[in-house]
Amino acid sequence: MTTLPTSTAKKLGLVIDLDICVGCQACATSCKEWNAQGYSAPLVDQDPYGADPHGPWLNRVHTYEVGEGETARTVHFPRSCLHCETPACVTVCPTGASYKRAEDGIVLVNPDTCIGCKLCSWACPYGAREYDYLEGVMKKCTLCVDRIYNVNLVEEDRVPACVRACPTGARAFGDLSDPDSAVSKNVAARGGYALMPELGYKPANKYLPPRDKRGGASRPVTGAAAPPASTGSSLENLFAWIDKALSGQGLN
Amino acid sequence: MHPAYSVILFTTASGAGYGLLCLMGLGAATGALPPDRLLGLLGLGLALALITTGLLSSTFHLGHPERAWRALSQWRSSWLSREGVLSVATYPPAAVLGIGWAVLGRTDGLAALAGLAVSVLAPVTVYVTGMIYQSLPTIRQWHQPLTAPVYVALALATGALLLSLLMAVVGHDVHGASSLAAVLLGAAAASKLSYWRSVDAALPLASPETATGLGRFGKVRQLEAPHSQANFVMREMGYFIARRHAQALRRIVLVLLFAAPLLLCLFAANAGGSTAFAALLSGTISAAIGVVTERWLFFAEAEHVVVTFYGRQSA
Repeated sequence: MTTLPTSTAKKLGLVIDLDICVGCQACATSCKEWNAQGYSAPLVDQDPYGADPHGPWLNRVHTYEVGEGETARTVHFPRSCLHCETPACVTVCPTGASYKRAEDGIVLVNPDTCIGCKLCSWACPYGAREYDYLEGVMKKCTLCVDRIYNVNLVEEDRVPACVRACPTGARAFGDLSDPDSAVSKNVAARGGYALMPELGYKPANKYLPPRDKRGGASRPVTGAAAPPASTGSSLENLFAWIDKALSGQGLN
Repeated sequence: MHPAYSVILFTTASGAGYGLLCLMGLGAATGALPPDRLLGLLGLGLALALITTGLLSSTFHLGHPERAWRALSQWRSSWLSREGVLSVATYPPAAVLGIGWAVLGRTDGLAALAGLAVSVLAPVTVYVTGMIYQSLPTIRQWHQPLTAPVYVALALATGALLLSLLMAVVGHDVHGASSLAAVLLGAAAASKLSYWRSVDAALPLASPETATGLGRFGKVRQLEAPHSQANFVMREMGYFIARRHAQALRRIVLVLLFAAPLLLCLFAANAGGSTAFAALLSGTISAAIGVVTERWLFFAEAEHVVVTFYGRQSA
């Protein structure tokens, strides 16, 4: 049923700390590895070793340069399904293959009833849904629904594969409807935000913004950046002459 | 947005088919069209052939066409599902009208009632097709109040053009049908021009700064993409035509889809015989090229908000 549940008992989701993500792609590759054999299987790439490899990945990590000049910073930005409260990707589905679970808010695609019309991918502003050209159905993040409730796994593995794989602890998993959960407290403390809230999808996942740079955002350049004064030795003069000659300044 | 040829063919062919069906139904119900069996056979036959070709072609782009019947189930929330339900619901009254008109040579009684039904169902189906696009908040060029009305206006205009041509083929007076086609083409042109104005005035939905929420730290530039080759999202959503080319194509649409057929219809309305037929045939061919260009441009001009994550400055 593609009509949305009026409320969900839980709002399971991810909280991604942009301050400590190092862009190592471990979340993306472990996601691909787990989902190539679990709920989303097969998750096959086409032409994987050829000139134009492509295929569905459920997690993508962008790297941005943010700001100008000396206050500029590099921000690694993992992007996956945000398990929105009011996802248009679900309501546009003509078959009922896309649905949002009332018990925990996870948005899933039933691969047995998806007709592969791709309309849900058009309705998602976050690019979270990737079509599988080989299977003819839409694939998306399942929040590792086949891990988080899996009693055959040891308890510490009952989190999404991306969270388990993150070497810096930049990804956290939990119930964002519970104000006392660790993820909710972290969101409150760090000013966690939803992506493009103006579109009205109400994402469950939140992003924690980068912290202010150590020493303040506009740290002045100190004298350490200036080159040391010349000692005037003949060897140094020789190298200065070679440097000038090679850089084209001494030849005119 | 990537212009999928199956969807362009579907929306233009079935649009003209539904437009023709609507006018045939209206003509039968009001008695404006003669209960001529040949006209009924050609008109309803062409309308249903165009609709069916379009519907079949729309299933070509599905990953699992054999599951297409499932798309009839979610009409409560999905415009695509509603389109499926309405397109199926239009066939029975169209068949009743066809039997009455083309087989029995009658457009009164039950056939008139069926004509009235298709004259409502056909444009509503086209409107619902337009709503599939209009309802998407992710694409500002589609999320416009005129998107679905333009679909209906173009369906009726192209349908009226086909009706005029068929009237000429069967040998009836084309004055009424050609005049109606000219009026509907003018109305469609006005709605499309107004649509382009609102699209050009619409503010972008997002920039890399607002999409990532990082704008508070300054300008956001993509330093490294998440993948070296285009993924599905970029293949499907990354297509966008340069503004300069779009303007040129808009002019082609104005001439081929609106101006030329409109003038040819006006000419045909006051001519007769083979001259009118030649004018209407040229007008129909011109409009066919024009409407395919219009529909291609409808996709190519549409910017999906997701491209701002990939560094495009606005969408």
